[in-house]
Amino acid sequence: MVFEGQVLKVGKNIDTDVIIPARYLVTFDPLELSVHCFEGLGEDFRAKLKPGSILVAEENFGCGSSREHAPIAIKGCGISCVIASSFARIFYRNAINIGLPIVECPEFVKEVQEGDKVAVSLLEGKITNLKSGKTYQAKPFPPFLVEIIRAGGLVNWAKKRLKKEEK
Amino acid sequence: MRGTLTQQIFSAKVGRWVKPGEIVLVDVDFVMGQDGTAPLAIKAFEEMGGEKVFAEKKVAFVIDHSAPSPNQGVSELHKRMRDFAWRQRIVLYDIGEGVCHQIIPEKGHVKPGSIVIGADSHTCTYGALGAFATGVGSTDLAAAMISGKMWFKVPETILFKLNGKLPTGVFSKDLILFLIGQVTADGATYKAVEFEGSTISSLSVDARFTICNMAIEMGGKAGLIAPDEKTRAWLEERKVKADFEFLEPDKDSYEKVYEFDVSALEPQIAVPHRVDNVFPLSKYEGTRINQAFLGTCTNGRLEDLEIAARILKGKRIHPEVRLIVAPASRKVLLEAMEKGIISVLIEAGAVLVTPGCGCCVGTHNGVPASGEVVISSSNRNFKGRMGNPDSSIFLASPATVAASAIEGRIADPRNYLN
Repeated sequence: MVFEGQVLKVGKNIDTDVIIPARYLVTFDPLELSVHCFEGLGEDFRAKLKPGSILVAEENFGCGSSREHAPIAIKGCGISCVIASSFARIFYRNAINIGLPIVECPEFVKEVQEGDKVAVSLLEGKITNLKSGKTYQAKPFPPFLVEIIRAGGLVNWAKKRLKKEEK
Repeated sequence: MRGTLTQQIFSAKVGRWVKPGEIVLVDVDFVMGQDGTAPLAIKAFEEMGGEKVFAEKKVAFVIDHSAPSPNQGVSELHKRMRDFAWRQRIVLYDIGEGVCHQIIPEKGHVKPGSIVIGADSHTCTYGALGAFATGVGSTDLAAAMISGKMWFKVPETILFKLNGKLPTGVFSKDLILFLIGQVTADGATYKAVEFEGSTISSLSVDARFTICNMAIEMGGKAGLIAPDEKTRAWLEERKVKADFEFLEPDKDSYEKVYEFDVSALEPQIAVPHRVDNVFPLSKYEGTRINQAFLGTCTNGRLEDLEIAARILKGKRIHPEVRLIVAPASRKVLLEAMEKGIISVLIEAGAVLVTPGCGCCVGTHNGVPASGEVVISSSNRNFKGRMGNPDSSIFLASPATVAASAIEGRIADPRNYLN
């Protein structure tokens, strides 16, 4: 699970109402949700959302509601990975459960510039800034979460487990 | 070993002493989903191969976020929830019953010492009864609906020791806003928070719900208050047996302890667009408002409506202001009607809407126009929260909301409460 892409930066405390307002929660479809994703940050920001981008956020990304539509909408935008100084707790669980790659690494967030090309190795938690050549070590995931990430989310993980139990 | 309240609950569940940082798999006592999150949970439930919920009486769906349905898309989601609930014979609270976080404790689903998960971030509200209650997303909810289990990282805990009597016109809402302002929106991320002290003991259970409700606004995983005689009386009224015995927590077990004397606290206000952007109300007194909103899982309870009615009795709201009132539940509405509170509010010019979340969460029932300013008794003032990113929301106590509705400007409720 290695991702390469250009960095798009956002600030701290990006909340779920900014990511996807409640009035759009009438669909689960990632593409339909993506049409309204980050509406709260304005059209100039939305114009910069390109498939394959790596979103870099400061502290407390995804704070607010428990709506899982938030990571789904981000995935729908084609964002390959979110790197933040820290994530709000429910968003963190939701992202892993639906298979949106996330990494926590405050040192990287502090130094990276918008537009830098970076490579992320998700399970090792290694981030390389391909422009500066500098590498960063993110907080590693506990083994239990690695299992869910490898399965591509909690639904697939649960399905595999049920299958194993049947055998 | 006594640890924190949080540690005591997890240790009792696991059957051995647990420490913060440990990942544990525990049985959950109750699970809840609402109409913003349950439909996606049903989808995940089916995709996971779920056939039957783990226990019919321990799963509830609440239709409150858009109730009654404002459009066809939402109606289809509601239908899906009802069909699932009837087929699975789980508990269903349909439109008009009220806001999930009022109903779940009110109907007796929460006990001290229990672990409750809800697919709604304000599930932490139930911690006011001494439960470990936390918000999760839809996929987690689905997994718990099938297995009755949930994995948790046992959190570190922050303690708030609060002493002193809140002055007249200053309420538990002002107190929690003040604390969020002090520790900021991510001051408790990944952590549990617990509240104790003479201030907390003096508060009613209703007022304690307001405190725990907003633990999430400092990033908290849960917000807990140890049960006391008031809690037990509240639970008894709802026929809930409180049989979990907490030990006096061990102060050294807390990661951090904050102490505040609140006896000189002024009314507080959270300024757009962040909940931790908190100031003494006086700084924003006189700011013009277009709409005032009284309700929500934070402050839509009987004593909230009661204090607003005390301020509004015999008065009219400002002619250029709308005052929208959403009682937190059908029960709260009925009690407020019996006490004459609803007549007072309506005679003063308030508009009554169905008990539910709509106005606060921006799905319907009071979306502000661009450039408009709202003062609200709710818990979030994020940009676009009430349905329009070009409006602004101030958060304050029900008393401040009522006083401001009269003046058409942000106003100090103490001028009405002598």
